[in-house]
Amino acid sequence: MSGAPSVSAWRGPIRLVGKRIGLALITLLLVSAVVFTISGLLPGDAAQEVLGQGATPEQVAALRHEMGLDRPAAVRYFEWLAAIAAGDPGNSIVANKPVADIISERLPNTLTLAGLTTVFAVPFAFLVGIWSAVTRGRATDRSLNIMTLAMVALPEFLVATIAVMVFSVKLLWLPSITIVPQDPTLGEFLRAYALPVMVLGVGVIAQLSRMIRAAIIAELDRPYVEMARLKGVSQARLIVRHVLPNAVGPIANAMALSLSYLFGGAIIVETIFSYPGLASLMVNAVTSRDMPLLQACAMIFCAAYLLLVLIADTVAILANPRLRQG
Amino acid sequence: MANLIRRATRLPLPGKIGLALVLFWIVIAVIGPWIAPYPPGSFVNEEVFAGSSRAYWLGSDFLGRDVLSRLVSGARFTVGLSAIAVTIAASIGTGLALTAAVGPRWLDELLSRAMDTLISIPSKIFALVLVAAFGSSMALLTLIIAITYIPGNFRIARSLAVGLAKLDYVEVARARGEGRLHLAVVEILPNILKPLFADIGLRFVFIVLLLSGLSFLGLGLQPPDADLGSLVRENTSGLAEGALAIIAPAAAIASLTVGVNLLIDAATQGKAE
Repeated sequence: MSGAPSVSAWRGPIRLVGKRIGLALITLLLVSAVVFTISGLLPGDAAQEVLGQGATPEQVAALRHEMGLDRPAAVRYFEWLAAIAAGDPGNSIVANKPVADIISERLPNTLTLAGLTTVFAVPFAFLVGIWSAVTRGRATDRSLNIMTLAMVALPEFLVATIAVMVFSVKLLWLPSITIVPQDPTLGEFLRAYALPVMVLGVGVIAQLSRMIRAAIIAELDRPYVEMARLKGVSQARLIVRHVLPNAVGPIANAMALSLSYLFGGAIIVETIFSYPGLASLMVNAVTSRDMPLLQACAMIFCAAYLLLVLIADTVAILANPRLRQG
Repeated sequence: MANLIRRATRLPLPGKIGLALVLFWIVIAVIGPWIAPYPPGSFVNEEVFAGSSRAYWLGSDFLGRDVLSRLVSGARFTVGLSAIAVTIAASIGTGLALTAAVGPRWLDELLSRAMDTLISIPSKIFALVLVAAFGSSMALLTLIIAITYIPGNFRIARSLAVGLAKLDYVEVARARGEGRLHLAVVEILPNILKPLFADIGLRFVFIVLLLSGLSFLGLGLQPPDADLGSLVRENTSGLAEGALAIIAPAAAIASLTVGVNLLIDAATQGKAE
């Protein structure tokens, strides 16, 4: 039993992580094929749609040629894929600007919202999850269970509506739409983001705390916990030093899942608070059938989801000492 | 039937509340249009965003229509379309899962790979792409929402079915010379139904939330049809005055989804103990 594991001990986990990265890339490629097939190939003839019913077949054929629609689907897919991978998914049909410009304007906003929600919600979820797990079966646990169970099922717009009514309309504390101020002070910044973060946080806290509770309870049933208790380890030390390190894998997965909920939640929340993020941009793209913009947004969300899952897998692999044996 | 009633009376209190909410919404979905005090489309109140009164229990909406009438008439879309969508999703998902469990290995591989790919597209994003491509007439919308939740159901059903397909009694049936259809439908399906129902209930909740969310964004049900999500959307301008017209339909959706969740939680816990 030497102290630090030798370099060769990490070879196994690193190979596993490499495999996961490869798998994630293949999945992303397949996802891109699905997205392109649904949005680029199936909806019918874009040229016909642009020209309307009155166009002659010659006009349609000319525009089809101009738009490159007369080439085989596979060629169009790979061109589209290469353009997206190079960071230039073409021009937005509606805004008549490069999609990349529009997205680079919006993406930081969504990342800020997601980041703040994570910082606010994750510690909260740990608190609720751990508290629930250590009082398992008792009144506290049962009432927390009912509360989180209900919170998971709440539509975001109900939470948002209630929050706006309480904090903006009745108490006049917070603005009901989110305007990102230029060069804000910390106070202004927090005030602007308080409501959307709160609304998004409700869903994340509910989901994540339930999964953390389950992960911790699974560990609490193992013999080493009994052993530690018999040795007289305190409850707090037992959870922090013994249980949590062993539950890192499932908890990392739970975090990836509930943070990916942020994307779905953001679609509603950004719209309600008129927040200029990527999710509300995607909703606009659907409404105006702006396919290049829509495809780019969809691919960003899918890539972000796969990245989250990949990070969780990597953490779980690296945290598992059984995989660390040369 | 008597058995079901006995089980219902044994549910813990939150489960009973959940069951009551679910039954309530099923009844409203069926009889809604007949108990609506006013025609849902007619302008009955001079005042817009009026509060609760004896004539208009839930006040009036942004055009002075009766909120209660619109709510009980809209509930059938939310409950009905979601029920149809979840039935389609579960039938196709479970059907494919059974096919994968009894079929040749390459077919299982192929189906599992395909579903894994679809499951890595977040469901709301997937639904948005489908709506953008195909539009949202009522039939298409139901189908789109169903398609969005097929992969999740497939994954659960496949893991249940594959576990059973390895058991001795299925092997015996196979050795007896039963065909694949028999194995899937007679031997495996009845034994995965119970755990599947919990999954179907949860998926129903997701579907109600997705449908309401799409309608709230204006991408779901199109006027003059209005589900509960559309009612929230119509009345967003009443948010600043705290209008009942926006809270009532949103709370109605929540009471349905929370009710289903409470019921499933209570019903599955009873089994585990």
